[in-house]
Amino acid sequence: MNAPTRRVAVVKFASCDGCQLTLLDCEDELLGIAGAVDIVHFLEAGGPLLPGPYDLAIVEGSITTAHDAARIRELREQAKVLVSIGACATAGGIQALRNVADVQEYASVVYASPEHISALATSTPISSHVQVDVELRGCPVDKGQLLHVVSSYLLGRPPRLDSSPVCVECKRRGTTCVLVAHGTPCLGPVTHGGCGALCPAFDRGCFGCFGPADTVNARALVDRLRRDSSGVTVDRMFHTFATDAPGFREVHAAEEVEP
Amino acid sequence: MRETQGRVLDVAALARVEGEGAMRVRIDGDTVVGVELDIYEPPRFFEAFLRGRGYEEPPDITARICGICPVAYQMSSSLAIEQICGVTVDGQLAALRRLLYCGEWIESHALHIYLLHAPDFLGYDGGIAMARDHRDIVERGLRLKQVGNRLMELVGGRAVHPVNVRVGGFYRLPDLDALRAMVPDLQWACGAALDTVSWVAGFDIPDHHGEWDLVALAGDGEYPIMGRRIVTSSSPDVVPIEEFGSHAVEEHVAHSHALHASWDSRTYLVGPLARYSLNHHLLPPVAREAAAAAGLGRECRNPFASIVVRAVELLTACTEALRIVREYQPPAGPAVPVVPRAGVGHGASEAPRGLLYHRYELDEQGTILAATIVPPTSQNQRAIERDLWQVAQAGVALDDAALTARCEQSIRNYDPCISCATHDLDLRIVRA
Repeated sequence: MNAPTRRVAVVKFASCDGCQLTLLDCEDELLGIAGAVDIVHFLEAGGPLLPGPYDLAIVEGSITTAHDAARIRELREQAKVLVSIGACATAGGIQALRNVADVQEYASVVYASPEHISALATSTPISSHVQVDVELRGCPVDKGQLLHVVSSYLLGRPPRLDSSPVCVECKRRGTTCVLVAHGTPCLGPVTHGGCGALCPAFDRGCFGCFGPADTVNARALVDRLRRDSSGVTVDRMFHTFATDAPGFREVHAAEEVEP
Repeated sequence: MRETQGRVLDVAALARVEGEGAMRVRIDGDTVVGVELDIYEPPRFFEAFLRGRGYEEPPDITARICGICPVAYQMSSSLAIEQICGVTVDGQLAALRRLLYCGEWIESHALHIYLLHAPDFLGYDGGIAMARDHRDIVERGLRLKQVGNRLMELVGGRAVHPVNVRVGGFYRLPDLDALRAMVPDLQWACGAALDTVSWVAGFDIPDHHGEWDLVALAGDGEYPIMGRRIVTSSSPDVVPIEEFGSHAVEEHVAHSHALHASWDSRTYLVGPLARYSLNHHLLPPVAREAAAAAGLGRECRNPFASIVVRAVELLTACTEALRIVREYQPPAGPAVPVVPRAGVGHGASEAPRGLLYHRYELDEQGTILAATIVPPTSQNQRAIERDLWQVAQAGVALDDAALTARCEQSIRNYDPCISCATHDLDLRIVRA
């Protein structure tokens, strides 16, 4: 034990807990990871819950309250390396659907005591608030990718996260194209890979839960999807799990003239 | 005498629960004068943004309320929409749904028993610290959890937020060879779950009698997971789930971002204790025998013993999963066709933490006009606070550290899922 053990924190903002659960779902590796680093703050798993500084902070969830906006800035100051995981942390998540709605309408129409609630008008990714060192996509993140990011950190080298779209992963996997063969609407051509093209392998179209790929030609895909699907259907596909991410956010197929 | 004047026990961030919550207990002299389970997890407005979405979307969308029990949301929402569309999913498709759901019970119960709750009984701050002294046992828990996740991957495509569930059934039937290859793992899991029951039954379990009504789905010849009828401990009447809303009432309280519920104006509990006590006769024989050997009666009202009941349910889920896999015959297709129509539908299923109710209203194109989702933890919050009060009062002679630990353990008895409880923060009208 020459080098001091690295201090790791796992911290959650607005989210479903699913991405940090993915860490606990590494059943074969969890105790090995816990032996290689010092997990000093991981609320869901328990443990000592120590304050910073941290060598590595793994962050789940989006920023939706003023309190959380302050909390992420404090965490950034305490963390040497900050990794954001999942669609909420990297794109604002499904709760970013509020960003184009009127939150006051949500609150005032049906909520009895809105004065008890403090929520910002928007749900925003971690990178809108602080500098992020590595972003890992997915709703939820892929377990293999998460392990790769953690082990790359331990080895002191940058993670290699392929930015190919789902469509490329699907071709590599040898799955018959659901869009070409069956007319099933699919976001594979514009969605960031990492899942291994899971949905087409289950005979359904990709629904974009890893958010937009690095270079996206949404226009071309929208025109193709509109041959088989209504504008409303196309909009719903783009505006779910990464609705406010650049590349998806601009799509408004239902407002366009029929092609 | 003890120095207890004006004591306040504050836990700003509860550990080993899903989501973000805090606890405050105020004590004046020897008397508890206030308890609060403060749920500060931010709201995410699911029911609001479901309005205007398509009838086929709730399984994918509502799964994101909770990464720990996405299958529960997928099933309750599918059942509600299928009711509107006049569709029944039965036979081997229903068996596959039950198998997927067993996977979620196994994963969630193993996580809670081994990593979140057992450390309370054995004096550790978490499962990882516990593994330093009890490596074999923690590894058994992790392997059980892995069997649950593997079932979800085989039937659902992935363990968190499965992709293979649709209204009407599935997108694709699971690979038959891979499913049959699960038999040895499930046989191992049945044995490991039985060992789990014996292990937790040996814990030093505090005595406590919960004063609340019990509410669970009625089993239809088998231990309840999905169903259309509700049974309670307070009345012999069976309640159709369509009437859920006329019995369960949610109120908003100032200190919490979740709503508090009552059933016929009484505090009630959903989850393992309620399911077990109301459906004991439907446990598989091996689980019933294990429960008896663990010292459980036909009814269990001690929330500290919920870890034993959860272990009995873990064994039930492993036993059921093995039976379903052995009996499985592939159906003709992966799904029943669903054509949207206007109407109102109700769906209910037993999430690992208890009854999860969904209600949807569709127009004739299948667009969602209204959605109501009532998760287990918001139903349990009143019972949790009542117990917390009694547990704190009973332990008032303990020093602050010991009493705080006991109170936290009391909250973890319910395996609260705060991410679930706050999904709908601003979405319900207070009905007094």
